[in-house]
Amino acid sequence: MTGTRPAGPQPPNAPAAGSAVAGSAVAGSGGVVEVRRAGMLTTVQDLGRPGWAHLGVPRSGALDPGALRLANRLVGNPEGAAGLEITLTGCELRFRRATTVAVTGADASVHVGERPGDVGRPLAVPAGTPVRVGPPRTGLRSWLAVAGGIAVEPVLGSRATDTLSGLGPPPLHDGGRLPVGAPAGPPAPVDVTPTVPAPEQVRLELRLGPRVDWFTAPALDRLFGTAYTLTPVSNRVGARLSGAPLPRAVSGELPSEGLVLGAVQVPADGQPLVFLADHPTTGGYPVVGVVVDVTPLAQARPGTTVRFYGPQRGSR
Amino acid sequence: MRIRPVGAHALLLDCSDANQVEAWRAELWRRRERGDLDVVEIIPAARTVLLDGLTDPAHTAALLGTWDPSPGTAGPSPGTGGTDIGTDVVEVPVRYDGADLPTVAGHWDVAVPTVVRRLIDTEFRVAFCGFAPGFAYLTGLPVGLAVPRLPTPRPRVPAGSVALAGPYAGIYPTASPGGWLLVGHTDLPLFDVHADPPARLTPGTRVRLVPA
Repeated sequence: MTGTRPAGPQPPNAPAAGSAVAGSAVAGSGGVVEVRRAGMLTTVQDLGRPGWAHLGVPRSGALDPGALRLANRLVGNPEGAAGLEITLTGCELRFRRATTVAVTGADASVHVGERPGDVGRPLAVPAGTPVRVGPPRTGLRSWLAVAGGIAVEPVLGSRATDTLSGLGPPPLHDGGRLPVGAPAGPPAPVDVTPTVPAPEQVRLELRLGPRVDWFTAPALDRLFGTAYTLTPVSNRVGARLSGAPLPRAVSGELPSEGLVLGAVQVPADGQPLVFLADHPTTGGYPVVGVVVDVTPLAQARPGTTVRFYGPQRGSR
Repeated sequence: MRIRPVGAHALLLDCSDANQVEAWRAELWRRRERGDLDVVEIIPAARTVLLDGLTDPAHTAALLGTWDPSPGTAGPSPGTGGTDIGTDVVEVPVRYDGADLPTVAGHWDVAVPTVVRRLIDTEFRVAFCGFAPGFAYLTGLPVGLAVPRLPTPRPRVPAGSVALAGPYAGIYPTASPGGWLLVGHTDLPLFDVHADPPARLTPGTRVRLVPA
C-alpha cells in the first residue's frame, strides 16, 4: 500500500505537483524559503485533515503533533500552522527575509550560518543565511517551524503531505521553493524546552480490540510477552515490526473496516504493523489492539526494540 | 449490532449485513447533524461503522443502545455529513470496453453483452469509500455474481477505470496499481478537492453505470 501516489496524469482538478508553491510564492507576504538540500524525506506537515475518512481521505499530519505545536509556539505561530517534518538525514534551507525558526523533535544539530543553534529554542535567522538541520544523534525526525508558517495552498483544510494518497504538496526537493506566511505574533518567551534522547527501547500501551477474538491466547502472550523489532520498511503509513508471529484463531478474510491511528493490524504473515498518520482509512486484516500513544514511534529508528504493555496483560 | 471498543477514542459498530450498515450510517450522520453526536469520523465499511474521535466512548455506547435505525428509512444522503444533496441517482457514463469483460463473462457463465446489460440494469449504492480518496465500493450486484481479483495486480490501472472485485463494483478516481477486473471506463471526474463534497460518490449515494 505504500507509494500509491499516482504515477500517471492526475485528474483535472487534483493539485498538480508544485502548483501550490508557484501559485502563492508571490502573494505570500512572509517571503520564500529555498530548499538547498531536501534530505531523504522532508515534507510539509500540520495537524492533518481529519473529518474526511468516510471519503477515503487519510488523516495525515505531523507524526508527533506535540513537537510541531511546540515549534510553532516557539516562533509565535498558531499551533496548527504548517512546518517541515525532517527525516534522519536533515536538510538545508535559506530564507530570503530575516525570520525566526525553531526546531523540535530529535536531538539534531542545528546551524544558522556557521553558528550552532539549540533544538527547542527560537532562533533568529538573518536574511539569506542558510539554516542547516543535521542528522540527529538519536531519534529520527525533527520539526521546523518558521514565523508565519509554510503557506502552500491548503487541500481539504490542510497543508500536510499525505505520502499514501498523494494529497497535499509533494515532498521537498533540492532547489524547490515554498511560500512563507506573514508572521502572526512575537516568538514565545521561553528559555529552554527539554529534548530527551530517543530510547533504544520503546514501550507502547496497547488496548486490545476490536478483533482480539481473531487471535489465539498464545498470540496475546507473545504480543505482550516478547520483544519486537522495528523494520526498515517502516514509514509515515505504519511502523512494521518483526518478531514472534501472532497465530490466528479465525482463518479467512475480514471484510474491510475502518482504521484508527495506532491500530495494530496483523496481516497473514502474523507480523504486527502499527498504523501512523498516513494510514489508509479502511483495511482488511484484523486489528488486535490499538496503541494509545504512537508518538514514540516517530523517533524510533529501524532496529529499535518495541514492547507492548496494557491493562489486560503485561502491565507493571 | 454489536459495539466493540477501539482504543481510547473510538467504537466499532459490528453489523449483521450491509443494509444494517447503511441504516446506522444514515442514522449517525443525521444524529451528528442534529448535534446529538460529537464525533470526528463516521466511517462505514463492509460490515461495520467506525466512530472515531469520541471524547467519551462509554457514554456514546450507552446512547447508541437507545437509538434504533430502521432500514429503508435511510432518507437523504448528506455528502460531507453537512449538506443535504438529496436522493437523486448519480449516472456515471461508462464505455464498456474493459480488458477483463471476457473473464467476467466466464465467471458469470454468460456472453459479454449479457455482462454489460446486467451492469447497465443494476442500481448500485455506495456502500463505503476506501483504498484511495473518492474510491467508492458499489453494492447492488446479485449475490452469486462475486468475482475474484486478478492473481497478480496490474502495476497501473488508468483513472476512470470501472472494475469488479468480490461483490463490489468500483471506479478508480486516480491511476493506481490495482487487481480488480476491468469492465469499462468513465470520463466523469470522481474526486475534486475544490468540490463540496470532494468525492462524487459518497456513502449512501445511488449510482447507475449508464452507457456513454
